[in-house]
Amino acid sequence: MTTFKDRRPAGGKANTTGADTTGLKGADTKPAKSGPSRRGVLAGLGAAGALTAMPGFVRYSQAQSAEPIKIGFQVHRTGIGAAYGRWYDRTTMAATKLINDAGGINGRPVEIIAEDDGTDPKRGAEVVEKFATQHGCDIAFGTLFSHVVIGSAPRAGELKIPYFVVSEGHHVASGMLNRYTLQPGITDVKSQVIAMAPWVSDNLGKKVTMIFPDFAFGHNHRDFFTEAMAAQGGEVIEQIAIPPTESSFFKYFPKIPSETEVLYHVMVGPGVLTFVKEMGEFYGSNRPEIFGFIDSLEAVDITSPGLEFLDGTYLWEGNPRQAQADQSEHDKFYREAVGVDARGASVDDPKDVSTYAHMFGCWETLNIVKVGMEACGYSGTKDRGALIEAVEAMKDMPESRAHPQGAKVFNGKTHQVFGHQFISQVQGADLVKVHTTPIEAGYYEDEVDYTTQPL
Amino acid sequence: MDFGPYFLLASLEGAVGAAVLAVTALGLSLVFGVMRIVNVAHGEFFMLGAVIAWWVASLIGIHPAVGFLAALVVSPLVVGSVAILAERTVLSRLHYDPEATIVATIGMLYVIQQAVLMTYGPEARPVQPPFDFRIQLPWFGYSAYKLFVILAAVVLLLAVWWGLTRTRLGLMMRATQIDRETARAFAIPVDRVYAGVFAVGAALAALGAVLVVPVQQAHYLMGHDPLLLSFITVIIGGLGSLRGTVLAAVIIGMSDGIISVFFSPTLAKIIATLAVAMVLVARPQGLFGERAP
Amino acid sequence: MSESTAVLSTPPAAPPTARILGLHLGVLAVLFALHFVLPDYHHISLSRIMVLACFAMGYNLAFGYSGLLSLGHAMFFAAGLYAAGLVAQFADIAAPGGFLIGVAAAALVALTLGAIALRTGGVSFMIVTLMFAQAVFLIIYYFGTYTRGDEGFVVPDAMRVLLGLDLADPTVRYMTALALFAACLMGSLALARSNLGRVLIAIRENEDRARMLGYDVYRYKLTALTLSAVMAGAAGAAYGLLFGYVGASFASIQYSIYPLLWVLMGGAGTVLGPFLGTVLMFYLVDLTSAATTAYLLVVGLVLIALILFFPKGILGTVRERYLPWLP
Repeated sequence: MTTFKDRRPAGGKANTTGADTTGLKGADTKPAKSGPSRRGVLAGLGAAGALTAMPGFVRYSQAQSAEPIKIGFQVHRTGIGAAYGRWYDRTTMAATKLINDAGGINGRPVEIIAEDDGTDPKRGAEVVEKFATQHGCDIAFGTLFSHVVIGSAPRAGELKIPYFVVSEGHHVASGMLNRYTLQPGITDVKSQVIAMAPWVSDNLGKKVTMIFPDFAFGHNHRDFFTEAMAAQGGEVIEQIAIPPTESSFFKYFPKIPSETEVLYHVMVGPGVLTFVKEMGEFYGSNRPEIFGFIDSLEAVDITSPGLEFLDGTYLWEGNPRQAQADQSEHDKFYREAVGVDARGASVDDPKDVSTYAHMFGCWETLNIVKVGMEACGYSGTKDRGALIEAVEAMKDMPESRAHPQGAKVFNGKTHQVFGHQFISQVQGADLVKVHTTPIEAGYYEDEVDYTTQPL
Repeated sequence: MDFGPYFLLASLEGAVGAAVLAVTALGLSLVFGVMRIVNVAHGEFFMLGAVIAWWVASLIGIHPAVGFLAALVVSPLVVGSVAILAERTVLSRLHYDPEATIVATIGMLYVIQQAVLMTYGPEARPVQPPFDFRIQLPWFGYSAYKLFVILAAVVLLLAVWWGLTRTRLGLMMRATQIDRETARAFAIPVDRVYAGVFAVGAALAALGAVLVVPVQQAHYLMGHDPLLLSFITVIIGGLGSLRGTVLAAVIIGMSDGIISVFFSPTLAKIIATLAVAMVLVARPQGLFGERAP
Repeated sequence: MSESTAVLSTPPAAPPTARILGLHLGVLAVLFALHFVLPDYHHISLSRIMVLACFAMGYNLAFGYSGLLSLGHAMFFAAGLYAAGLVAQFADIAAPGGFLIGVAAAALVALTLGAIALRTGGVSFMIVTLMFAQAVFLIIYYFGTYTRGDEGFVVPDAMRVLLGLDLADPTVRYMTALALFAACLMGSLALARSNLGRVLIAIRENEDRARMLGYDVYRYKLTALTLSAVMAGAAGAAYGLLFGYVGASFASIQYSIYPLLWVLMGGAGTVLGPFLGTVLMFYLVDLTSAATTAYLLVVGLVLIALILFFPKGILGTVRERYLPWLP
């Protein structure tokens, strides 16, 4: 997928340098054409101020006269991702405030420009275009849902705007995307799943039945976990895929073989409470060991009626929702800054439960962007390529206030970060951490080397 | 699990689905039959019913049963009022033109969804069932509340049937359905009947939602599937045939449960979807419709 | 012509051809000129709008001219999108071939599923198309190994080439979109003014009468639906190749409702209406979402207001009140 871009004229970067007073700058590359060029006409009109008088153009006209670093925040405010989006938003704002309080990036304040993508890939792509060409953002950032990332990434690559996603999808490291898309703030699902297999196999049982949604996210779990479990000498004896439009799950439970030792569930979406509740009704007290991914229960109170059944079961957590006995001072700091209490809910409203296992990714990503921009002396959109290279050069990220979830190792070739994973047990109303995986447990062979692609 | 118990389980699940679907689809069927319009916002009335049920239940909070009963009364009333408001301010001015109504109700769909997102939020929230009792069968356990849902739906359907056939309002509705102009000539306040039908239709959606919300959760995007399913049910049942709607709900609900026994789930959905389409191709007037629409 | 008596919605006087041609060519000329003056963001957006407008124009052929209220046009769009995307991904077939395969796939879907759906009419047609589209949506999930289900996949850059030109280049993309748009617009115009178009309108206005006059109504409808699907599929294939992404969300029911909305907004049964509706809807969402997070509320209210005050869509109302010659 790389050879092609080589043939494009190299005019793009030059276009982005000048402080175009009309705000009509962009990172587009234009082949030289005979006749009036788009750029030429634009410049002429822009000078006359004709366009800036048009409605909708005015507010962007001083795009470069102020000096903040503009970060386009692609946020799921509406659509299926809205519950996540709200917490991604809060975490992002908290991190930005801290960065600004500490003097910003390279002495420049950070400005977050948030646009709702409706958790829709088409709108997502449009939003990235808007960041790059209208808002004059330096980077785009913050997307969670995989289909929005995959729908937006090609546009980010073409517009040459660095696109920092916080999606936990394997799409970045799989090589499907491009050099401008990075995921330095959160471990991908492949790594998470691989890291879980040894513990599940050693502690819960060897015969696993998996229940997962019948779409790509679920298929990732199915494929990676089945493989990892086999490597541990275990076996996935049944894979139950739940169709995407399903809202009731009871009728699928009979498909679980009776010799199942471990039930592995990773449902997502609003139906998850139903899922757990119906699982409880089906099994009663006579259940196999149950291991799940908290993705299902993000933004859901663990004490919700119907979740009693989870008592004693185990959950993967990207970051322990409840403050643990051995809580690090970094987590304490982070928790306070975002406004999350010790149980993982908003300090203002104990019913408003956070998406704690994922949202740290926004915080850490912004801090990485800061380090990257400072390392390359980022001064404007012409340095976007340098920023990518600076981030690619990163490797060890020690646990710190910038990395409250824990230490991480970034793989510059695959643009993917790797970190510790946690396994917690539901004990009454509490989520108690019982195991922390080493970072290496989530390693797998590189599937791509983005650094060989041109910038 | 052996085939017998598995089949029983799937049938029970199918029956619960059918019960809720029958109540919800009946609301759409009434509106469709009497007013000859497609209410795309029907699913949002369903969602609104669930959200209000959550609100009522969490406000009362004495005992889940009290909250549930209160929701059973309050939710349809509020949703019905919203429907009357929408009918008077928008639909009546469109003179119930079918295409215009589709656009207007798509507009309402957005408005209601966004309003709920802004006030209630994006989370899925559970409502406790009025009683939490699990029946242990020899092969699997089953929620007693789900069986109650079936019963409650049957009672509701009977009540609607009684209202339509035994009351004056029901008579006026049926008269309007058969011939709007003649009804008007007989001094039936057709406008008010329309407003009433639209409200009752929405209230039925809300009731269906109150019944289902202790099993599922209230979520601002939950209206999509009930709309689709109700829509299919009404058409399959035959336009304007309430009896057909109920029968179609039973068939669709039950088959959704049972087909999943035999096929991989997503394939089962594909087959069920195509089956619905083919039924309509064979009988465009629906299974129980008397004439082509 | 005997069938012209059945045409109720066009005035009896011969429409002024020069004026009509002038208007539509004028629109195309303006779109061409806009290429040189539009700021980048609006330039990109207009490329996308033109592609989606082809989808809307296709829908308009079925709904606006032939009275076929389909709720399943996403399946045609998706057929084009996926056919073009999958052959690019797995068979290394680049843009021109992929585009044609996409169009062919949409036509094939119309000639099979569409042909079955046309055995019904009215609301049953709505439901049958809805169901078929839902089945197509689920089939995309079912073959997730290849389609990657909901996540979708990125169309390889190397396949996004047309006659040696990089479709990801803004100028090439804009001009390709414009070319496709021009073809669909002039195609719609020609169709609206052709015998076929008049027969379709006659069928829309009074199917029994058209049948009585000796027209094979089913065949005419199938022709209309296939042409409609071809445009929708062309839009889908172009979308995938121009914007580099193929995903199941484009096959969801939402994408069956959008073209209906665009067409109703701009004016069903008008040649330019679908484009106008697509433009307005895009900017409505875009501008309000910049101002408020409650943009869906605004969109909803605008839809309601439009239908209250412009019941025939904008151009439909304009035609009724001011420009009776508008095709």
